[in-house]
Amino acid sequence: VNDLLLQILALVVAALFVLGLLGAVAPKAASAMIMAATIAASVAGGIAAFVALATDNSAKTLVLPLGLPGVPMLLTLDALSCVFLVLLFVSATACSIYAMDPHEAEDTRALPFFPVFIGAMALVLLAGDGFTLVFGFEAMSLASWATVLARHEEPASRDAALLYIGIAAFGAACLIPALVLLSPASPGLSFAAMRAGIPPDGWRATLVLVLVLLGAGSKAGLAPLHVWLPLAHPAAPSHLSALMSGAMTKVALYVVIRLLFDLAGPAQPMWWGAPLIVMGLASAVLGALRANIEDDIKAVLAASTIENVGLIAVGIGVALIARAADQPILAALAMGGALLHAINHGVFKTLLFLCAGSAQHGGGSRAMERLGGLIHRMPYTTACVLAGCLGLAALPPGSGFASEWMMFQAVLGAPRIGGLALQMLLVATAGLMAMAAALAAAAAVRLIGVVFLGRPRTPRAAAADEAEGPVLVSLIGLAGLSLALGLLPGPVIRWLGPALRLTVGTAMTEQTGIGTIRPASGVAGYAAPAIAVLIGLALAVALLALRRWAVAGHRQGPAWANGFAAAPAWLPFGDPLTQYGAASFAQPVRRALGASLLAAREQVDMPAPGDTRPASLNVSLHDPAMFYLFTPIARLRGRLAALVDFMQFLTIRRTLSVMFVALILFLTIIAVLESR
Amino acid sequence: MPAFATGLAAQLVHLALLVVAAPLVAGFVPWLKARLLGRIGPPPLQPWRDLLKLLRKQPVLAFNASWLFQAAPALAFAATLAAGALVPSFALGMTTAPAADLLVIAGLLALGRCILALAGMDIGTAFGGIGASREMMFSVFAEPALILVFFTLALLAGTTNLDAIAGVLRDGALGLRLSLGLTLIATLAIAVAENGRIPVDNPATHLELTMVHEAMVLEYSGRDLALIELTASLKLVLWLTLTAAMFCPFGLATPQAGLLSWPLGLLTWAGKIGVLAVGLAGFETGLAKMRVFRVPEFLGAAILLGLLAAVFLFVSTGFSAGND
Repeated sequence: VNDLLLQILALVVAALFVLGLLGAVAPKAASAMIMAATIAASVAGGIAAFVALATDNSAKTLVLPLGLPGVPMLLTLDALSCVFLVLLFVSATACSIYAMDPHEAEDTRALPFFPVFIGAMALVLLAGDGFTLVFGFEAMSLASWATVLARHEEPASRDAALLYIGIAAFGAACLIPALVLLSPASPGLSFAAMRAGIPPDGWRATLVLVLVLLGAGSKAGLAPLHVWLPLAHPAAPSHLSALMSGAMTKVALYVVIRLLFDLAGPAQPMWWGAPLIVMGLASAVLGALRANIEDDIKAVLAASTIENVGLIAVGIGVALIARAADQPILAALAMGGALLHAINHGVFKTLLFLCAGSAQHGGGSRAMERLGGLIHRMPYTTACVLAGCLGLAALPPGSGFASEWMMFQAVLGAPRIGGLALQMLLVATAGLMAMAAALAAAAAVRLIGVVFLGRPRTPRAAAADEAEGPVLVSLIGLAGLSLALGLLPGPVIRWLGPALRLTVGTAMTEQTGIGTIRPASGVAGYAAPAIAVLIGLALAVALLALRRWAVAGHRQGPAWANGFAAAPAWLPFGDPLTQYGAASFAQPVRRALGASLLAAREQVDMPAPGDTRPASLNVSLHDPAMFYLFTPIARLRGRLAALVDFMQFLTIRRTLSVMFVALILFLTIIAVLESR
Repeated sequence: MPAFATGLAAQLVHLALLVVAAPLVAGFVPWLKARLLGRIGPPPLQPWRDLLKLLRKQPVLAFNASWLFQAAPALAFAATLAAGALVPSFALGMTTAPAADLLVIAGLLALGRCILALAGMDIGTAFGGIGASREMMFSVFAEPALILVFFTLALLAGTTNLDAIAGVLRDGALGLRLSLGLTLIATLAIAVAENGRIPVDNPATHLELTMVHEAMVLEYSGRDLALIELTASLKLVLWLTLTAAMFCPFGLATPQAGLLSWPLGLLTWAGKIGVLAVGLAGFETGLAKMRVFRVPEFLGAAILLGLLAAVFLFVSTGFSAGND
């Protein structure tokens, strides 16, 4: 059956590329047709991958009549790719349904790149050799880069795109040598040959690890290569931001898992997990902290993506350590948590980005300081945001809690492996994971509280319009899926079983029931449905008791204004300045953590009495990665460019002499080499 | 199925006692504080009287209150009560024991906190916002400390299930350990912060610069306020019970010992809660409230204690011997 399914998936990828071409040449009127075809292709791909994982788990390979001369491209379908394909196509289906909305469809500049982007991601996941993988990866980078540039009139978009393309090129420059190092001497880069060959060891293994972490990690947004993400993801149209955060970061993590767990062989040293854990923790805390400080809805969500990618990387790192220590159950727990979190995050982050798009469309801005009170005018969108944030904040019985619970149990079990250094790392991991989760909850409260609750901050936000039609369909569908993932993590883990067996050698089948996940068989675990029922019962008791003993109904009145005079009539929603906003809500966390981690500084300019100049408060932040890594690199590049610039404007006499000297130099080198 | 029936009975008695005792404890502490300061103070029954009175009053909602604001008190109460159902007070082996995971308890408390913080943001007053933002900032430091405490306990007991941990500690197999002492101090600090007690927050004031939790719920009145107050007192009792269950699970009734062990369990529970409440009153009387931005340092100390506890556990020989 899988051969057929693989052929279907190959056709889906081909169709998506063709749709992209059509989108570039077809008239505007055809854009709805192209979107409809994209939905159909995504649904078909998702169903094919889902069925493939549920029925037959053996790997299947398809040889394409394309590729480098003499070396055909290979497509392979196995359990790991199926998991990520399902995630990709679920996200892609929702995003393309969202894009059917007439308001979104007006902007056709990103249209051709949308199907290509989905197709390229699917190609990465289906790749059976190094060439296909890099080809897909680069197509994915370029397609998403083009969408970041979709609003190129805005300077911020151009800056983000420049940084993004730079990091993408750097990622490719790391990924290609990593694949070459993994492949044996024979021509071709097929994964089967890599598995059959001798796994890398010594410095080659270390180099592979470093290159994979830099190459795929930069695309996933792992610290310190995360700085592009909060700039680039928000710049694209919402359904593409959703795909970038929800699916593309997962594709990058898939590459990490594929290369480190599958292609690098099973016999890698234990310390391999440590860099992943450290980078993951840095991403988790920095990302979650930035999610509390950014003041653009989509930048908040992008920063939270960094956090979640970091948590998944921690899970992958613990799985690597446990696998090296020959603790398959522990490794399955960590890997299961990581994969489940990838799925959960893929769903709730897609949902939240689409909700952000809906709020931006309805409320007229994506700046938090220009929104507010959307719950009254956009009740469905708000309900969907609440469902998504339940997962984002890692609160039970939401989806994020189940996966973070599993990863935490793995961290808790790993100290048994021994070694004081590892144990210290794990204690720090436990504490920082908790801090990241608490920061994420704070960010979720801030996002909902400022944008959807309270009073409107602008007349535009006060007249927000609820989304309708396809947008609502995609939002409600994803919200339902996100809630279902939270309530029933057990069946998902069972469904993930073959992928776990492929990566860490054992599935969690015997310790996972429909209603419970256990860290090991015979131990108490997390029973999500039971917790949900418990909350429901408690709620029912509370409501019944209120009905029995409390008075019914309520009265209405103006809010208590702390004794201030009422706002003037030209401020129908009260004075916006008396309401807590994005910056003021961020202040406690920014002062307590941001000052040390993000070098947050506040400059208060308070004019003297009698001075009529307004008071001002300026807050400056520096992401340490930007400050210590990217700014020096940019400066170095500037110096080199200046040097080259100098060479370019030499007089003819000097240019000729430089050329002459260079020629002599090369001839000397050749002569020396020849003589040896 | 007598075991099931006993478990269910213990569960129901536990929940009823928790709800009944919560306002009593919340009234006992201020009463004792007043006595310590030489005042007469409101009687310990005062919170119950307030609750019954508030239940008869209709809430006044702001004009722009949303459904979330109206639903929040019941939702927060439900989350807290669900957490309370998982913490064994006088008996082990309650119906919810297999689901009584420490992380779930922490998660449910966080859920209640987030719901109330959202409700604080709903009206759009400065008070609600200041309370909500500070409450969330405290949680950023309280949560890692709590998780580190749980980490140490779970390493000692081999599970994160509270019922199982209490069972292991009750048998005294672990003996006295430095790690347990350190985690106990950390837990008390977190409990003080989570319940908004002095020196982190003052439950009695209504001064804008000193309040966190009370600012967040300032817009509530009548029936809704009754539920909020009940939730706050429930949370206090929950924390005291949790501390007792984690560090002093002696005298807890077990399913094997049957109904006859219940009276002893109930008495020891009342005793433990009483001792902790007296300690809380003494602690609050002896200290002044600290500045808001000192609280991260206070909770940072709890984080450090949690770290130290885990590190002591690793360097002590007992850990590796116990698990290999």
